[in-house]
Amino acid sequence: MLLSQRITETLERKTFEETESRAGESRPDCSLDELPVGASARVARVKGAGAIARRLMEMGIVPGAPVQFVKAAPLGDPLEIRVRGYHLALRRTEAQTIIVTPN
Amino acid sequence: MSTLFQVPSSAESALPAAARTNTKFLTIAMAGNPNAGKTTLFNSLTGLRQKVANYPGVTVERKEGVWTLDPTLPPARLIDLPGLYSFDAASIDERIARDVLTGDVSGTLQPDVIVAVVDATNLERNLYLVTQLIEMGRPLVVALTMVDMAERGRVKIDADELSRSLGFPVVPVVATRRQGLDELAAAVLRAAEEDAPVQQWQLSETAERELQRLAGSETPSQGSDRRTMRNAAMRDLYGEELPTESERRAAVEAARGRLAWTNPHWWQEPLLERYRWIETITARAVEQDAPHPPDNSKDATSFIDRFVTHKVFGLVILFLVMLLVFQTIFSWATLPMDLIDNGFGALGEIVRERLPEGLLAHLLVDGVIAGVGGVLVFLPQILLLFFFITILEDTGYMARAAFLTDRLMRGVGLHGKAFMPLLSSFACAIPGIMATRTIENPKDRLATIMIAPLMSCSARLPVYTLMIAAFFTDRKIFGFLSTGALIIMAMYLLGIAVAVGVAWVLKKTILRAPAPPLVMEMPPYRVPNPLTVLQTIWSRAFLFVKRAGTVILAISIVLWALVTFPRLETTTGANGIDKFYSPATAQAVRETGTESQGAPAPAVGGEDGDAVGAQLRQSFAGRAGRLIEPVIAPLGFDWKMGIGLISSFAARETLVSTFSIVYNVGTPKNGEEERSSSLIDAVRNARRADGSPAWTPLVAVSMMVFFVLACQCMSTVAIVRRETNSWRWPLFMVAYMLALAYVASLVTYQSGRLLGLG
Repeated sequence: MLLSQRITETLERKTFEETESRAGESRPDCSLDELPVGASARVARVKGAGAIARRLMEMGIVPGAPVQFVKAAPLGDPLEIRVRGYHLALRRTEAQTIIVTPN
Repeated sequence: MSTLFQVPSSAESALPAAARTNTKFLTIAMAGNPNAGKTTLFNSLTGLRQKVANYPGVTVERKEGVWTLDPTLPPARLIDLPGLYSFDAASIDERIARDVLTGDVSGTLQPDVIVAVVDATNLERNLYLVTQLIEMGRPLVVALTMVDMAERGRVKIDADELSRSLGFPVVPVVATRRQGLDELAAAVLRAAEEDAPVQQWQLSETAERELQRLAGSETPSQGSDRRTMRNAAMRDLYGEELPTESERRAAVEAARGRLAWTNPHWWQEPLLERYRWIETITARAVEQDAPHPPDNSKDATSFIDRFVTHKVFGLVILFLVMLLVFQTIFSWATLPMDLIDNGFGALGEIVRERLPEGLLAHLLVDGVIAGVGGVLVFLPQILLLFFFITILEDTGYMARAAFLTDRLMRGVGLHGKAFMPLLSSFACAIPGIMATRTIENPKDRLATIMIAPLMSCSARLPVYTLMIAAFFTDRKIFGFLSTGALIIMAMYLLGIAVAVGVAWVLKKTILRAPAPPLVMEMPPYRVPNPLTVLQTIWSRAFLFVKRAGTVILAISIVLWALVTFPRLETTTGANGIDKFYSPATAQAVRETGTESQGAPAPAVGGEDGDAVGAQLRQSFAGRAGRLIEPVIAPLGFDWKMGIGLISSFAARETLVSTFSIVYNVGTPKNGEEERSSSLIDAVRNARRADGSPAWTPLVAVSMMVFFVLACQCMSTVAIVRRETNSWRWPLFMVAYMLALAYVASLVTYQSGRLLGLG
């Protein structure tokens, strides 16, 4: 009981610190999987030139498009994002190739 | 990069405009993203006048129907293409859809008019495919679906404005209420008369120059074919694959090099231009209450997903869904299965009475009717599974299941989309194998198909039940755990463990491929359309019965011949063998699990039984059993069990009916119960030549292990043949599973003996 409480507290502080540090900076670009859950951003670019990059862009993930990191699956992977009004699941490895500018 | 670039279009289409409707039959293709509502629209337009087949050489469903555009005109041929997101195909389905549209599939005419099905709730991404259709330069009509749902989400689409901006007709339709269907037909007829829409966007000057150069270099331009040429140049320059012809290839490579020099992201240019144009279109035609993009985090789908893909509840719900599916399949299916069982039994009796006794009656009753009946008895289970798979797909839950399990499945190199097909295979591998079609990567799909039959299906249960009833019922572990239940669970786990291992090995060796990407749409939840569900089940079931049925019929006749010839002179004709396939035995064994052990054990043998047994031992199957005895002896099996193994290649549960013949259990005189208990006793009392018991608990376990791993199901083989379109994979499957089964049984039996359990 006590232990779980302490873990929760530590986690909360960590999340708080993270948000604090983010708020202070000028929000540099990061990859999509690095966004906090629920955060929105705009696509800056898609790395790579293979079939996956092409497919991601065809699905509407082109520079300037607003995206939102909705949630991660129970086992941490894949991720669910929202783009152009619909929901898309992709793995972390794919999400890492999408560079976004947080709002 | 101006957006309103007008490609001059008069007299550009292949046929003079007026000539097109004079051709007797218009061919119309329906193209659209997956989940755009294509199938529902297709069903409303064609009713039941449709046929499903496969495209030549691939297992992509080819759906074609008859669409009456105007009662005074000849009806049109309507092709429902598989869903696709873009022309740069990722899956076989997408490739076929593209090839039909471009007229590159043999036996299918290039469509005269394309109906682009566009989901109003997801306009921008759906319009991406439309931009590629515009580039193709064929007459085009948009059917705008889900308008009501878009409005509920506070997005209002001005169809007239959309039509003006796009430059071709846009018809809002509500297929289930048959709204807009007449308008759609009228628009299609008009489009067939008119010219193809113009492309209103252009690439950068450098890119356009390269395109012109490539378009001009192929063949002398005939004016009318300018767009076709430009389109071909687009495909070569920006496509994934280089053209095979060497001169063209060099030209394309040089052009790519020049483009890359000015812009390292040159390949993204068409993608960006198309989306930029889409954004100008939607800015004009879409009104939304909420700021762009509409905040749909409070809609029904997001609300449901808060639970369905939740870290804890999501897995609980997945488990409950699985439980419901299995509970239903194993309880609801029993009644119709018994009906089919008894129906085929009765049919056999009628035929037997009507026909003169002899080989013909014998073949019809025991070969054809009993053999086909023995497979069709699983149809209720298969239909129920199809029902659930279709419901799960059409509601949108299947994508969530894949989302939840992807990480798990990736551990063995598979895709989240492989989860549901494998799960279905616990009831029956056939619907499972047919459900693998959603897996894009062909190697992943093959790996999934190859391991699907390792999941313990319902046909293995009669075998497990007989073995456990004979040797393990009265034993308990820790006083309350039944040994039988533990053994059955162990068999299921064995199948899963081996499947995981096989998948891992396959993905490391012959099906080696980079980890497949997962880029999967999570469609909004929708209430499935009952008509669509029924038609999907019907077409899938029909394909199963038709394709598997022919192979099953052939193998049934072969097996019948094997147990019938050469004939024993003293046998009393047809009476001799008729209990071999007896549908009643399968039912009897389903009941053996609950059979009390104290039942009296007479009735072993009897005149009938002796005759049957003698005929069987004398037959080719019996001889084959003796022939393979040296091979199967190390597994603990004697030649009588060998007959069972041979006959159960057709279908696993045949083992039980075969054993009733081999052990002379004979016909039931006092009802079913006595016979099933007598089979158990016969198995227990069976002796080898030296007088030692043929069966021991260890032999029973060895037998079960063999049945877990061996591919003894001709329906599965037939369906794998169909799905992979070659004999190579089904034969490989039978071979590797047989080898695994043999080794596993060998290890089980020999190590058991070493431990002194024999």
